Amino acid sequence: MSEGQIKKFMYINRKAPHGTVYALESLEVVLIAAAFDQDVSLAFMDDGVYQLKKGFNTKGIEVKNFQPTYRALDDYDIQKLYVEKEALAARGLTEEDMCVPVEVRTRAEIGQLMETQDVILSF
Amino acid sequence: MKIGILINEGPYTHQATDSAFLFARAAIEKGHQVTRVFFYHDGVNNATRLTEPPQDDRHIVNRWAKLGQEHGIDLVVCVAAALRRGIKDENLAPGFRISGLGQLIEAGIQADRLVTFGD
Amino acid sequence: MLHIVNKSPLDRNALDTCLATAQPGGAVLLIEDGVYAATTGTTAAARLTQAMGQVKIYALKPDLDARGMSDHVLQGVELVDYGGFVDLVAEHPVCQSWL
Repeated sequence: MSEGQIKKFMYINRKAPHGTVYALESLEVVLIAAAFDQDVSLAFMDDGVYQLKKGFNTKGIEVKNFQPTYRALDDYDIQKLYVEKEALAARGLTEEDMCVPVEVRTRAEIGQLMETQDVILSF
Repeated sequence: MKIGILINEGPYTHQATDSAFLFARAAIEKGHQVTRVFFYHDGVNNATRLTEPPQDDRHIVNRWAKLGQEHGIDLVVCVAAALRRGIKDENLAPGFRISGLGQLIEAGIQADRLVTFGD
Repeated sequence: MLHIVNKSPLDRNALDTCLATAQPGGAVLLIEDGVYAATTGTTAAARLTQAMGQVKIYALKPDLDARGMSDHVLQGVELVDYGGFVDLVAEHPVCQSWL
């Protein structure tokens, strides 16, 4: 594939925020990716759905609150945010708990989306 | 085939970098081209020249540098992740270079496959 | 597509999510601690065996050998070396590591 062509990049997030740095550092990748004009989508599965649970208040643990960055994704033209239906249900969460507009999809549907990608990055 | 590799964990704690190394070496033996290895998260710790394993252990940093030099692999350490963890040009091992996250995206665009190793 | 799992199914849910997500015709490669899923008598074995009807299961032999588990390999799992790992990556248009 030559330069200038658009590839489909999917970022899979399966880890909870704060306990490890993966959520924050994968968000940094996504923001950089936006500058490359690729077709970007994000999938939040398993504990990754906790990254979008609205209402982060990180003052007490003295780390940067990166949740507002998810709300900025739209400004970067990143609108495809998929959240795993089974993961929400298993964690007592609903779409209303999410800090940004998302598309709720089953694992099987996310699996189908994965098959259509050129590059999948997971953190 | 052009193959890019992403390594998300440091040496000696997780198996990720060992698996990635053995995968890269096998890919080269099969005639593929490993174009770039991108070190992210704690993976940046694979690039410090201060690493001194016991003599009877594998030298993870040096063997990456050697494989890179022999086969023209671009060994790129993420600048933001590196600075957070105290990896700078003054302690960077030879054969590695520090650059931005854009190099990871570029690897994904230019390579035919991108394989991630992590925890 | 190729799914790569490096976690023990007795410790993490990576394999379960992978198997629930993988589409028919796909391949799953077990590496590192993921190879414990390819062994007999575990509480995860039935799930893996069931998945074999839909996806092809591979395990990295050097990782089984290193863990002393090569004498416990589940029937239907195909063993590969690092060269076989490379071939699987090349054969499938995209791969996902279930970290």
